[in-house]
Amino acid sequence: MTAFLERYRALAGSLPGDSGLRAAAAAAFAGAGLPGATRKRRSEAWKYTSLRALADTAFRTGTAPRHEAETVLAGLALGAAPRAVFVDGGFRGDLSSATVGRFAETPDFGVLTWPDREPMVALNTMLAVDGAVIEVPAGTDGGMLQLVHIAASDGDFHPRHTIRLADGARLTLVEVSAGDGTYLTNTLAEIHVGAGAHLTHVRVQLESLTGFHVSTAYADVAAGGVYDSFTLNLGGALSRTEVHAGLSGAGAVVHLNAAQVQAGRQHADFTTVVSHVAPGCQSRQTVRTVLAGRARGVFQGKIAVGRLAQQTDGYQMGKALLLSPDAEIDTKPELEIFADDVKCSHGTTVGALDPEQVFYLRSRGLSEAEAKALLVRAFLAEALDFVADAEIRAALDGVVAAWWEGQQAHG
Amino acid sequence: MLNIEGLTASIGDKPILKGIDLVVPAGEVHAVMGPNGSGKSTLGYVLSGREDYTVTGGSVTFNGADLLGMEPEARAAAGVFLAFQAPVELPGVNNANFLRTALNAQRRARGEAELDAVQFLKLARQEIKRLGIQDDMLKRNVNVGFSGGEKKRNEVLQMSLLRPKLAILDETDSGLDIDALRIVADGVNALRGPDFSALVITHHQRLLDHLVPTRVHVLAYGRIVRSGGPELARELEKSGYAAILQEAA
Repeated sequence: MTAFLERYRALAGSLPGDSGLRAAAAAAFAGAGLPGATRKRRSEAWKYTSLRALADTAFRTGTAPRHEAETVLAGLALGAAPRAVFVDGGFRGDLSSATVGRFAETPDFGVLTWPDREPMVALNTMLAVDGAVIEVPAGTDGGMLQLVHIAASDGDFHPRHTIRLADGARLTLVEVSAGDGTYLTNTLAEIHVGAGAHLTHVRVQLESLTGFHVSTAYADVAAGGVYDSFTLNLGGALSRTEVHAGLSGAGAVVHLNAAQVQAGRQHADFTTVVSHVAPGCQSRQTVRTVLAGRARGVFQGKIAVGRLAQQTDGYQMGKALLLSPDAEIDTKPELEIFADDVKCSHGTTVGALDPEQVFYLRSRGLSEAEAKALLVRAFLAEALDFVADAEIRAALDGVVAAWWEGQQAHG
Repeated sequence: MLNIEGLTASIGDKPILKGIDLVVPAGEVHAVMGPNGSGKSTLGYVLSGREDYTVTGGSVTFNGADLLGMEPEARAAAGVFLAFQAPVELPGVNNANFLRTALNAQRRARGEAELDAVQFLKLARQEIKRLGIQDDMLKRNVNVGFSGGEKKRNEVLQMSLLRPKLAILDETDSGLDIDALRIVADGVNALRGPDFSALVITHHQRLLDHLVPTRVHVLAYGRIVRSGGPELARELEKSGYAAILQEAA
């Protein structure tokens, strides 16, 4: 923790943007520390995920890259759509085919984030140097854009993105995070979906198995707007994806679906806070977690319904499939309702593969491995089916299939 | 085709099969009848390789091969098919995809060329039409939300596509109306031939009216206590198992 603060002090004069805000964030971070790494009682929000391993890692930020970003990039099954590539926190025009605005040039910290409440947001606010600023003008279709972050050296990186869809605008944003080595990618995104606008946001976390990944997104959705997001957490030694979505205009829609696939000693956390502020809004969360080896998974989802948010329709379902007796999942659904005309449901299940199903498939000629693969794929499909774009869906299926084959090969 | 000698099997410490001797020659359909708890379903599961049962003695050869030494999937590829009494639901698994995966797994194991999606669908539609099954069954998830009758029909569809050499029907007729019963019987009758045998486990004479067996065996107390021709089934329907059980006990 002190290393982060020391670097901030050394860099403070040269960092872009509001220095007062950065100083306040640094003070908040110094006060809170990394969750799980201080003697303080851990906050409820970080009850199941400790960043002690992160605190114990010495990052060598600013040293020469130890790995080739090009090699990592080539290993990702990216689509043909324009891409904006960031390496070690900074924009790389030579690897990009899209033109995007940059935080380094227009450093705007936005209005949605809470550095004083979230230590990792404070850390990002304190040290962010670059990120994408994506604006889609009113009534226009931005098509598909790929936003890639690659860690090529053993440092800590704090990309700061802003995505703003004006009224009636559309965009499909595919965000891929990957790297090689032992590093921290601590992304923050501020997302505004205007009235009647539609943002599809697919995040694919493919970090190195020794990498740390924390990604926090704050989204605000105006009347009739749609924020349709899907997260795949597959890589990383430790990862946490946290989404705060506010439905602030009547009839807004938010989907926070996710699949988490982890093995070995990996740890993945999907945390959501959905705030129904305006009436007649709909939120949907379908989360599927598959854990092998000694992996740990977390899904904590909160649906908060404010006093004015009548006719709220909220749904949240988390299911976990444990492929080994040593795997563990923590799920915590939470409802906080202050309106009276509300439909909210939530549920959670944890289970192993059903031996009856495996035998049924084997009796039809599938090998044990094929039978299990089919059942795991079917389980994940319950979440992946929410990815409507066929090309993206196929890419995600490919990533999961490769993971499964790797598991089979390495036992 | 199927040669069972002195087969004993247990679940945990509890012996269920206590010495089964049964020969099903190629081209024949044999019915296995008997009271509840006599071991009929266990016999079907043991023959198809379910792991919950421990074979404690005896042997089973299938076309000369040691069936008990084979994995369930190898038995399937060799031509053994079990129609389940309670077919298992597979949420998220599309029925057509499941059927094609199963068929291709068996074809691969036998060194035959796999079918592509188009070839498979053509074949599947043909079988569905022949059996008089609704064709939306292919689009649905395997057995999910199926009625009892639809699940059994789906078993028959699988059997028709996989074309086994030995079909074991475990009370496939229970709970079926007369139309569904006919689909089951038609499914088996269509496969009948010199290279096909069936072991039909049932409680009722009803199915055997449509599916006339070569031989009928009565299983009780984990053993075959009586064997006879098709007339044995009719006799049982009339007089029940009491007399035979008394004899065997």
